[in-house]
Order: sequence, then C-alpha cells, then structure tokens
Amino acid sequence: MSTAPRKSRDTVDDAIAHPEREQPYAELGLKANEYERIKEILGRRPTSGELAMYSVMWSEHCSYKSSKVHLRQFGDKKPETDKLLVGIGENAGVVDIGQGWAVTFKVESHNHPSYVEPYQGAATGIGGIVRDIISMGARPVAVMDPLRFGAADHPDTRRVLPGVVAGIGGYGNCLGLPNIGGEVVFDPCYQGNPLVNALCLGTLRHEDIHLASAKGVGNLVVLYGAKTGGDGIGGASILASETFEDGGPAKRPAVQVGDPFMEKLLIECTLEVLHAGLVEGIQDLGAAGISCATSELASNGDGGMHVVLDKVPLRDHTLTPEEILMSESQERMAAVVTPANIDAFLDVCRKWDVDAAIIGEVTGTGRLVIEWQGEVIVDVPPRTVAHDGPVYERPIERPDWQDALIADAPSSLKRPASAEEVRATVLQLVGSPNLASKTWVTSQYDRYVLGNTVLAQPEDAGVVRVDEGSGLGVAISTDCNGRFAKLDPYNGAKLALAEAYRNVAATGAEPLAVTNCLNFGSPEDPAVMWQFSEAVRGLADGCLELGTPVTGGNVSFYNQTGDVAIHPTPVVGVLGVIDDVEKRTAMALGREGDVVLVLGETRDEFAGSEWAHVVHGHLGGIPPEVDLAAERWLAQVLVAGSRSGLLSAAHDVSDAGIAQALVEMSLRGGVGATVTVPDGTDPFVLLLSESTARAVVTVSPSDVAALESLAGQHGVPVTRLGVVGAPGADLVVENVYGGTASWTLDELRATADATLPALFG
Amino acid sequence: MRVGVVTFPGSLDDRDAARAVRIAGGEAVALWHADADLHGVDAVVLPGGFSYGDYLRCGAIARFAPVMGELVKAAQGGLPVLGICNGFQILCESHLLPGALVRNDSLHFVCRDQRLRIESTSTAWTSSYEVGQEIVVPLKNGEGGYVADEATLDRLEGEGRVVARYLELNPNGSRRDIAGIANERGNVVGLMPHPEHAVEPLTGPTTDGLGFFTSILKGLVEA
Repeated sequence: MSTAPRKSRDTVDDAIAHPEREQPYAELGLKANEYERIKEILGRRPTSGELAMYSVMWSEHCSYKSSKVHLRQFGDKKPETDKLLVGIGENAGVVDIGQGWAVTFKVESHNHPSYVEPYQGAATGIGGIVRDIISMGARPVAVMDPLRFGAADHPDTRRVLPGVVAGIGGYGNCLGLPNIGGEVVFDPCYQGNPLVNALCLGTLRHEDIHLASAKGVGNLVVLYGAKTGGDGIGGASILASETFEDGGPAKRPAVQVGDPFMEKLLIECTLEVLHAGLVEGIQDLGAAGISCATSELASNGDGGMHVVLDKVPLRDHTLTPEEILMSESQERMAAVVTPANIDAFLDVCRKWDVDAAIIGEVTGTGRLVIEWQGEVIVDVPPRTVAHDGPVYERPIERPDWQDALIADAPSSLKRPASAEEVRATVLQLVGSPNLASKTWVTSQYDRYVLGNTVLAQPEDAGVVRVDEGSGLGVAISTDCNGRFAKLDPYNGAKLALAEAYRNVAATGAEPLAVTNCLNFGSPEDPAVMWQFSEAVRGLADGCLELGTPVTGGNVSFYNQTGDVAIHPTPVVGVLGVIDDVEKRTAMALGREGDVVLVLGETRDEFAGSEWAHVVHGHLGGIPPEVDLAAERWLAQVLVAGSRSGLLSAAHDVSDAGIAQALVEMSLRGGVGATVTVPDGTDPFVLLLSESTARAVVTVSPSDVAALESLAGQHGVPVTRLGVVGAPGADLVVENVYGGTASWTLDELRATADATLPALFG
Repeated sequence: MRVGVVTFPGSLDDRDAARAVRIAGGEAVALWHADADLHGVDAVVLPGGFSYGDYLRCGAIARFAPVMGELVKAAQGGLPVLGICNGFQILCESHLLPGALVRNDSLHFVCRDQRLRIESTSTAWTSSYEVGQEIVVPLKNGEGGYVADEATLDRLEGEGRVVARYLELNPNGSRRDIAGIANERGNVVGLMPHPEHAVEPLTGPTTDGLGFFTSILKGLVEA
C-alpha cells in the first residue's frame, strides 16, 4: 500500500476548465436542485472537495433544512427571560444560574450509528455532545442518556441494547463524567430505529463563555486532538439523512470509532487553553469534520480563512483530500489562536500529550480557501456552506389514520374490578420492561465520579452540586412519552415538557430552561412532517406558557424503516436551579408515620397509558389533558416545600400513575406505606390513571396543615392517602373494591429487579 | 499534613481524593505524573480512573511514569501510599503489592454501593476502623477481580494483609472476596472500592470512607 497522499483529481482550475465533468452529487445525498444551487453560488461547477463539503453541510443532519422553518418558533415564542446568556444557534445555549455561575446543556441524537454499530455509535454520541459543551468553555460535569429500543424481548434488542449500554459506560466512565439519569423505553415502533440520545451538562463562570468564531486577520487555525482517519466518512450525509431499507448494503464503515482517553485529554487541554486566555474562537469537530469546523468558524468570524490541508495530521496517509474534508474522526477540535499566543497554546497541548497542527489562518478575503499539494481545491464563500443551505417548506398533511386512532378510546378495555385484580395488575406493570428496575443498565455507569452527584437515577431528576461552597446546584430531567405524541403530537410535546418540568421541580429545583432532541421519521413524508410541525408548535407554546426558554436542541429525522416511522418522540430536557442542594427532596419514603399525600387532580385518563400498553397492547384515544398552569402551581408548591424543609419525600406521578409512584418510593426507601382509597373514588382510576400535574409527597404529621395551606395558596388540590409504615413494612392499599391490595417489598423488588437481567443476561 | 494526589493522563477521581483529604483535615497536594518529585508530601493517594486509557493493561503504563520511580522508592522506605481502583492496579503493576486485577467475572462494568468488612486495622490507612467493622462505600470498576496464586493468597491471609473483604455480594469475582490488601509493612494499601466517594452525606451513600483518610492523618500526627 502506498503511503503517499493521493493527489486531488479536481482543483478549482480543473472545475473551471472542465465544466462538463459528471459529479456524483446524488450518491453524496444532494438533490439535483441543490447541486444546481451550488453551481449558482460558485458560478461554476464545484470541485470534488467543494462538493464533499456542501454535501455534508447541506445534509439534513447538519443543515436542518426541513426543520428550520419550524424551529424558528422557539425564538419567536421565546418567553421573556434574563437567564439566557447564549441562545440558540451556538454549540449549546448558556443559562445563568446565579452567583456568577452559568450552565450549558444539550441533547443530541446518535440514533442511526447506534443501530449499525451499537457500542461505537453510543460511545461517540457521548463524545460528540461532550465536545459541544467544552467548545462553550464549560467543564462537562454530567451526562444522561434517553434511550429507546424495540420490543424488550425481540432478538435484535438483545444485540442493540447491551452494546449501547456498554458503549455509553465504556466512553462516559473513561471520561470521568457521572451518568445521572436518562430513560430506557421499549416499544416495537423503535425496532429498526433505536433512539440513542445523549445529554451533557457543563458548568462555567460567566466570564468563561466562548463562541465559535474566527476573528482577527492573521490569527492561526489550529487543529488539535486525534489524528484524522477514514472513519465516519460521509456519516452525516449517508447515515443520518437516509432511511434504512431492508437488504441495503452494510453501512458499518461510515460509523466513527471513539477513543475516550483522547477525549479526556482533550477536555483538560481545552479547558486549560481557554482559561489561560489563549483562544480567540473554538469549534469542535463532529458531523462533517473539517468541512463543518472551518466553514462555521470562518462564517461566524471575519469571513475568510486559508487552510493548507496537507498540514492535517493523518492516521491513514492514503486518504484523499475529499475524504480528509469529510472525515468524522472523533476527538478533534479546532481553535483560532493569535500568533502571540501560539507557543503557549502548543505548550499546553504538549503537556497533555495532545497532537496539534497549525493548518491555516484567518484572512480578510471573505472566502474559505483550502489548498492541497500547492493547488487550490476549495474556494467558497463560507457562509454558503455553513449557514445558507437549502431551506424546505416540506408538505404537511395530517395522516388519514389520525382520526381513527383518536376514536379508538380505551374506555372499553377491561379494567380490574377487585382488590385481587388490582394487586395482580400492579405487579404485572411493576415487572413490565418500561417500568422495571433499570439497575442492569445504570449499574454499568459511574454515577459517583467528580463527587458532586446529589441525586441520580432512579430519582425524578439528576441533581449535581455546582458550587461546593454555597451549595448551588442544578437538576435536570429528560422525558417523552412517544405514545402520547403519536395520539396527539402537539399535546404530546407539551406532555413531555410538563413531565420533565415536574420531575425537576419534584427535587426542589426551580425549572429554568429547556433543550430538546426531536426524533421523527422521514421529513419527506407529509404525515411525519405534520407530526413534527405539531410537536414543535406544542413545545414552543408550552415553553412560552411555562416561562422556560428553549436554549438549543437537535433534530433527528429519517427514524423509519421503509414506510413505517417511529412514534414521534420529542425528547425534552428541562434544567432547574436549586440554591442549596442540601435542601433537595428525594423520592424515598423515610420516616415512619409521615403522611402520604397526592398533590393535583386525578381524572379518568388512560389513553396511551402504561396500563393500556402493557395489559391490553392498546394505543388509541386522546392523551391526558395538559394543564401547564396547574404544572406551574404544582412546581411552586414542590419548590417552596423543599426550601422550607416541609417535604420529606416527593415523586412525580406519570407512567402507571400513583400505584407505580408508591412502589418506586417504597422500594427506594425500603419501607412501604398504608394508604386508603377515599370513599367515592374509583380505586383503579386513582391508582393507575396518568393524569398530569400530580406528585406524591410525604410530610410529618405536624406539617400536614402547613402543606395544605401552601397548596391552597397555589390552588393545588391535596388528597391525604395514608401513612409511611415501619422499616420493611408492606405497601398496602385499603378500600379497593371492598378489599385490600398489598404487596411485600420483597415481591415488589424481586419483580422489578428480575426483568432486565432475564432479558439481557 | 500534606497528602499528595497523583494525576496521570486519564486519572478521574483525583479531585475526589483531594476533597476527601481536605474533609479529613489534611492538605491535598497535586502531583503530576511527569514530575519525578513528590514535593515532600507525607503520604500519597493514587486515585481511580483510566490512566493512559488502560489500553494495554490497567496500570501497566502508569507504573513507568516519572513520578512512579520516586514513589516506589519512597514507599519501600515507608511512605504511606493508598491506591484506589486504578491506583490499586498501578500498585500491583509496580510490584509494591502482589497479585493482579482482572476483568470482572460478570464481564460488565459495575457501579454499586458495596458492603465491606474491615479485616485489618494495622495499616497506615485503616487505623480509624475496628476489626470486623462493616462499611458501605461505592464500588465502580470493570477490571476489579483480585487474583493471585494460592500461596500468595494464603500468605496475605496469614500475615493479616487482607485489609477489606466484600460482604453480601462479590461484585467482580475477586479471590476470597478480597477488596483490598496491604504490603508487609502496612504502609502501602490497595483498595478496589472508592472510600473517597463516601465522605459527605450529601453525595455518598455513607461517610464510611472517611476513615481511610483520617487514619493516615492520625498516624502522621502520632508519628
């Protein structure tokens, strides 16, 4: 094998001299009209290198071309807030949490790579989101992973899930970032399209915020981190922007391979150069690699950059310049550094054993010029690559099956009608894959590293301490019920927001800001586009109503196999702030004799519920009513109750209702409770309905009046359910259709713990 | 009392170890892998993590770091050294402790709150405990199975050098449930679980881990 770099077959001069040359734009994922547009921009055909750059940067994954027109609503409907230091459009939004501290957080999808190669796909998903966070000048302090798989007992789930979990653990553990929560959801709709979303949270002082821009003519462009190889070439365009078809060619070569050790060095090295003031602008290399980093840095800065591609350190010397431009090799960053600081910058790289190469400089030409072996192979206006990609108003059409789906209400499903049937139903739910203990997954993640994890799974939200002196901390939760979103994408998105918001408030944190990861089918399907547009509208409206701005997010389209799309899955992450983490509320039942109460109103709402799904395999009807005003009042009670020390435990009520909430609180605390269904209340509805804006809380008997008064001030209904038992006590529900349903903690634990190990070993 | 905490490329729990030293009342001193100087510290913690990515064999590269040459000499001279997790692996690779740590028998990384029994209090790092005391501290490792030949295991048991043992559940397949061991002199201790993650009620399952750090400070004051 030759070790000499291959010559480019196509320079700018060639493109001018040979306008007729056929170019494989379709294979690179570009449509004919997009190719014509590139020719229009350049006034000639693109070179092969330019075509490579445009094809990746104009891919759905990088350009948001189908979603842009909808995502504008997040800006247009932004609530009034002074908490947003950096808004949408940068690598990640930055939120002021007080005391001079800020946090940045973002979720991204790595769905398609994780289906092709579960371990590396999931691992590099963590790697990519972590680099987004360090690009903002923040120290990553926690990760969490919303995961969705096909049926738990499907053989392919056994291939995908263990690999994904091992990849997240293998990469995240080695980076030293605690994994503080997330979701594991099973549904057959994700069978060929598992959703592997990764969230990273970073903290920084206000003065340390950095943005991706190349300013200052004569400043140097440094590429540092891992060497560039052939991995992930075209990953952005080929993997993320096309639908999987059965029997298609193997796409494994387009998945990247991660090196978490290099990423750890990159974190420390990057934070050191940033804090030493050695950097003018910085950008991570993710999807579309050097194409993306150079065009975005130049486009956000003074507009010009000259890059000598021969200077890029290569792992594989047979790569063509086009491949170097497109490579998605992991663990790389680009920085813009003044000539005066360059030696100091390179010294820090050497200290951390990180390779660094000066690959170019900022110019005032307004052009991004890339040369290779002395010839110019790219000469483009950078903005046309990075920001002026195509924008589509895709056709939207409400699917013709939507009405039938809504009409198929769960009212006719057979409900348990005796204490014994309720007992059996609850046990069946406790052991069902979506509700069962996720310890098999989360025990493979380090939740302790960094020593600031205050709450981690299975708590409602992850809580981390930000300031060891003052106790300032943040809480974060991600949620989405795809079944609700399928029944009603507009309200489904609001329900996802409401649940994450409530989860954050349940810990005692005040919800502040929102991120999202919008997982949908093909945007070329008008029905999917309708789901998407409705979900975005719902989320934007919901954020406006709750006063929590969207700080950024990610769209993942093409999550479908053939004509069958996943449930619309707008995963919503809510971030909250807690002034003193010592005051956080955990979910475990504790003190014997504490009074168990439910806050909020329970209605007969079972459409899309866990009960309908598990017991009847049913999905239809209108999902639970959204009442964001009620969510807001509930959150205020939960936050005030936490601050004043009133609440001894709190847990959000969502999947499988109050019954599941009580089971989880009992198992967490190692103690059950004895509760009584109030006369005139249907026990099944009380225990298993999924009405929103509710939480189960406990207070000491002497504080019941204070809680009732607090809730009353906020108009939140309070229902007294019962009392916490002695250590080890059973969970008992009295007045259930004339009988009593009870469960020992041992049987609940055995049932909850058995499911995942039995499926995954 | 100055307790050094070594940072190798890939060390992760160095901040946690330093915090534990401070909470116990000592001064934590950051030591750098490439600096062949212990800066006069009174004791050293080798923290957990994945030094050099653990790509060859856990701890196998770290033992050749410049700081380790000084550390091995000092440890042989009686300097108290605690290796936690990856630090334990480095101590074994450096031959300051016998045996080796291998892939968990479950083949999965495991993170859990682990019950231990303190078996020896005659080391520099465990004098704050009682023999037979049960503690709960986090455990998190992928390659934490302690192995040694039968003769070595017998000698460790016979000489009272098994420092801590897993109770209730052996999380990684360690021989004879061994969670930690000491050298003959008792100044060097290797421990697979993470006492530095159990020093604050807010962030740890318990504060049971603090005893390792108070032991060393007490020992240094008395010395």
